[in-house]
Amino acid sequence: MTNNDNIITVKNLVKKFGHFVANDHLTFEVRKGEIFGFLGANGAGKTTAIRILCGLSYPTSGEVKVAGFDIYSQRDQIKRNIGYMSQKFSLYDDLTVYENIRFYAGIYGLSRKEIESRAGSLMKRLNLEDAKDKLIRDIPQGWKQKLAFSVAIIHDPKIVFLDEPTGGVDPITRRQFWNLIYEAARDGITVFVTTHYMDEAEYCDRVTIMVDGKIAALDTPPVLKKKYDAANMNEVFLKLARVKVEA
Amino acid sequence: MEDPSIKVSNISHSYGNVKALDDISFGVSRGELFGFIGPDGAGKTTLFHILATLLLPEKGTASVEGLDVVKDFKKIRKILGYMPGRFSLYMDLSVEENLWFYATIFGTTVEENYDQIREIYSQIEPFRKRRAGKLSGGMKQKLALCCALIHKPAILFLDEPTTGVDAVSRMEFWEMLRRLKESNITILVSTPYMDEASLCDRVALIQDGKIMKISTPAEVVSEYPNELWSVESKDIYRLLQDLQVYPGVKSVHAFGHAAHLACEKEALPANLLREYLACKGHEEIGISRIQPNIEDCFMELMINK
Repeated sequence: MTNNDNIITVKNLVKKFGHFVANDHLTFEVRKGEIFGFLGANGAGKTTAIRILCGLSYPTSGEVKVAGFDIYSQRDQIKRNIGYMSQKFSLYDDLTVYENIRFYAGIYGLSRKEIESRAGSLMKRLNLEDAKDKLIRDIPQGWKQKLAFSVAIIHDPKIVFLDEPTGGVDPITRRQFWNLIYEAARDGITVFVTTHYMDEAEYCDRVTIMVDGKIAALDTPPVLKKKYDAANMNEVFLKLARVKVEA
Repeated sequence: MEDPSIKVSNISHSYGNVKALDDISFGVSRGELFGFIGPDGAGKTTLFHILATLLLPEKGTASVEGLDVVKDFKKIRKILGYMPGRFSLYMDLSVEENLWFYATIFGTTVEENYDQIREIYSQIEPFRKRRAGKLSGGMKQKLALCCALIHKPAILFLDEPTTGVDAVSRMEFWEMLRRLKESNITILVSTPYMDEASLCDRVALIQDGKIMKISTPAEVVSEYPNELWSVESKDIYRLLQDLQVYPGVKSVHAFGHAAHLACEKEALPANLLREYLACKGHEEIGISRIQPNIEDCFMELMINK
């Protein structure tokens, strides 16, 4: 594998808050087009790392490249090439479906013409054409989730970061949401995703498990299950993360 | 059910055009661990607000320990421990200050009821001088539970205590609940995590303000109407699509590394399915009969409601 196949390269990333080491010498690569799962217990350092990868915070030390751009000197280019969606914040409740799409597309610098055509095809694909002028607060949770994901990739980013995208969603919507993730990956968008649902870890091409600021494991789900003699990813996670809790 | 700890009769509640609760009725026995299982927007929090006397129901009646939620709200508040979905802690108070605060509100002291929280509190006691805002998610959750228990309530309401909490802390939290149950406290807990249903004595599966089923977890599973198969292949995404169109298949859902395939009883010759998948170019095919879990049942109820 050459370096060109990597969309994210992280070497010896360290992030300290005072004496607390949130990220302790992380080294990993994310390959172009893969679904990369980023797991860890609360407080393991996931959010800190994601904020750095998105260009929202500087590392204390280490080398980080995202979409070919340097995290210290090219943050603006990074932001233009990534999408981001979290469970907590995504859409504006008091704007309509169409206004939200237009707003996000505008922020990402799409032209008026592009916005028109992409908004149209997006609403068609999600079967939201009839809901075009409805306020976000009036549409069901499941629709919101799919719309939030679609606006996060409306500018065709190279990478999309999904921070617990499926929390609290009903089981059918949760699975439909993963279909959208698969489709995005098939279209060549790299997906970087965190989740507390361990069955979703199985849907990732590769999974990282963070424990205590360090990467405790990084591999494909089948290899991890074999290595830790586990029936599923939940067991792998408990075996790795529990050690720390008991210590 | 004689002398239930919680009794809810025909409760409905709307916000504008949205029916948050639609004619809900159920009872919970004293000392029971009763789970409300459903996604965001199912109506779980509205129900807690009504039972905790924070919201007047539009229609219907409810009682807690024989006390009416409208008339006797003052009495109910004294015997109730309530851990709302968003943390109930004061982030700029320390761990022990939060605990003192809640004890004082209920006219008691931490010393007087220390037995009630000893086991849980001992895990966070080393950090008692730390501000609540600086605790990890798992520790905040433990402190919030201590605060809800410090006045020895007869009933405990936990609204999504494990949402956003990692798998390890979730497991520990349920272990705490099971030990709490031994003191005969009635616990009503809500969760969007289907796998937690099996840890309750009885569950109500709810969706869009309606109860789809109330039963023990074992009964929910035994009443599943279909035959269920677990099917594996190297390419799970393509597998789902190929199974979707296979004759006689009622539903196909991804479950981690496998697909769960539901069909009419005795309708699936496994060897033919294997041949079909092999023809479609699937590798490492695995097919086996399985028992449904609560999530399978929940989705079946959603589809056929």
